[in-house]
Amino acid sequence: MPESSTEPLSRDEVAKVASLALLELTEQELDTFTEQLGAVLAHAKDIEALDVGDVKPTSHPYPLVNIFRDDVVEEVDVHDAALAAAPHAEAGQFRVPPALGEEPG
Amino acid sequence: MNETNELVEQPVSSPTLDAWTVDTEVAREETDLSSDWEMVIGLEVHAELATKTKMFSPGRNQFGSDPNTNIHPVCLGLPGTLPVVNGKAVELSIRLGLALNCTVQRCIFSRKNYFYPDMPKDYQISQYDRPLNISGWLELANGHRIGIERAHMEEDTGKSTHVGDSGRIHDAGYSLVDYNRAGVPLIEIVSHPDVRGPEEAKAYVAELQAILIAIGASDGKFEEGSMRVDANISVRPAGSNELRTRCEVKNVNSLRSLGRAIMYEAKRHVDLYESGDKPLQETRHWDEEGGRTRPGRSKEQAEDYRYFDDPDLVPVDPSPEWIEEIRAALPTLPRERRMGLIASGATVEAATIAVERELDGLAAAAIDAGGDVGRVMTHVEHNLAVDGAADLDAGNFADLVKMETGGELTATQAKQVLAEMITGGKTPADIAKERGFEAMDSSDLEATLDGIIEANPDEWERFCSDDPKAKGKMQGFFTGQVMKATKGQADGKAVAQLLAKKSS
Repeated sequence: MPESSTEPLSRDEVAKVASLALLELTEQELDTFTEQLGAVLAHAKDIEALDVGDVKPTSHPYPLVNIFRDDVVEEVDVHDAALAAAPHAEAGQFRVPPALGEEPG
Repeated sequence: MNETNELVEQPVSSPTLDAWTVDTEVAREETDLSSDWEMVIGLEVHAELATKTKMFSPGRNQFGSDPNTNIHPVCLGLPGTLPVVNGKAVELSIRLGLALNCTVQRCIFSRKNYFYPDMPKDYQISQYDRPLNISGWLELANGHRIGIERAHMEEDTGKSTHVGDSGRIHDAGYSLVDYNRAGVPLIEIVSHPDVRGPEEAKAYVAELQAILIAIGASDGKFEEGSMRVDANISVRPAGSNELRTRCEVKNVNSLRSLGRAIMYEAKRHVDLYESGDKPLQETRHWDEEGGRTRPGRSKEQAEDYRYFDDPDLVPVDPSPEWIEEIRAALPTLPRERRMGLIASGATVEAATIAVERELDGLAAAAIDAGGDVGRVMTHVEHNLAVDGAADLDAGNFADLVKMETGGELTATQAKQVLAEMITGGKTPADIAKERGFEAMDSSDLEATLDGIIEANPDEWERFCSDDPKAKGKMQGFFTGQVMKATKGQADGKAVAQLLAKKSS
């Protein structure tokens, strides 16, 4: 959440979000993205300035609810294709590096 | 510190291969703290819903398939795919909400962002600030109500297996990921911190399991990971209302582990407070072998899931008509089934066992048909824990109990007849006849006893004496003689009555 400082977004916040997304950014990139993301937030500030007191909050642009699918299996055999597209596969499973450490939670 | 489970909940941890097993062993374990302290426990239970397909895709929801065979472009998070809600999963979730006395409300789906290979699209679709079911309760067999904060819908994660030297997560090596489970519909049931000890925690989870199975929402199989439990644990001085720092304990893989983990963690907190220290709020993992909890992730990795509304999914807004339709179709819940038997005169314990074994319908019908409650429940508890017992004809069962209470069968004979009724399906009268368990006519019994008394005058004299010790010993002697003479067909109670009558 951006602080209500003069800058819409701090460099530290960008660094934090990047680390949560497991992105490794150079110092130069941090500067670039802080500026670019700041511009996006600045634009959002313009919209915040509008009086929307009469507008009902909504989670979605369409006035739709309850779009459901029937509980029916669709047979799609993507096993081979999916594994073939993976960088590494083994024993019918996707092989991934352990670099992420402990699982979340 | 807010003790209730905040909106910042955890992603579903990857499954463990260990099975959830219900205790069979009656190990005596500590279940309480010193009287100065009490436990404050909140439980988060994840249950996989019994649908045919996944939460947001038409891929198959099935346990035990070969790795990565129940996968679909949507649950693989492939570019261009879009989730569509499984209506059946919503219905089952509403069913559970109603069974837990929740308010069912308009809700939305949110994205919970985190990086881990068990979620290929790098977010889990869950519910955050507008869950489907809120503010309910669950009543335990002991009458204590545990508040339900929420029961929300989400999707399960894939399953990663760590391959390394010792199989431990921190070792070098690599992981293999199976996405069969990714996207399986889950309901997460979050309780208020109303649970006061390991036994109550186990009772709560067992009751929740019984409800999930009864309403057909989940198969509730701990051993297949259909149900998983995390416990939020803190302690406080007994009698106070404060809520102290809690720790969330994960990786508990059986009801027994749940009890042990709670006990260990609560004692750890007490020790810290009593030595002038205090616990840190953190996630800990239960180490089954070591019998202890260990700290989980380091502080720098503190959870920050950056939840936001999922733009791919529109709100779920169940109409009052739909909710009432689902409510009307709910089966009788375990609690009401227990209450029914208790109202007929069964004890709480016996009623609980009967419902657990799905024999409460049989018991109730046998009682209705005139079977003595005590005898019916005794059979349910001790002689009917076998396959096929539920198919027993209630009328025949009631007849058996009547034969028993009417003195036509002894307790031992009744047990044998009952066993044969289950395997053979014959009526108790036929079986008793075949086995020669004909009731002894009371005059026959008396004549037999008279003969024995006549043959043993010294023993009879001692039985009639005022020495209680001698009397007791001789009572055993005469009963034994009668049984011998009648090949065990005499009713012990009837013999005792006759003996008392003749000696007075």
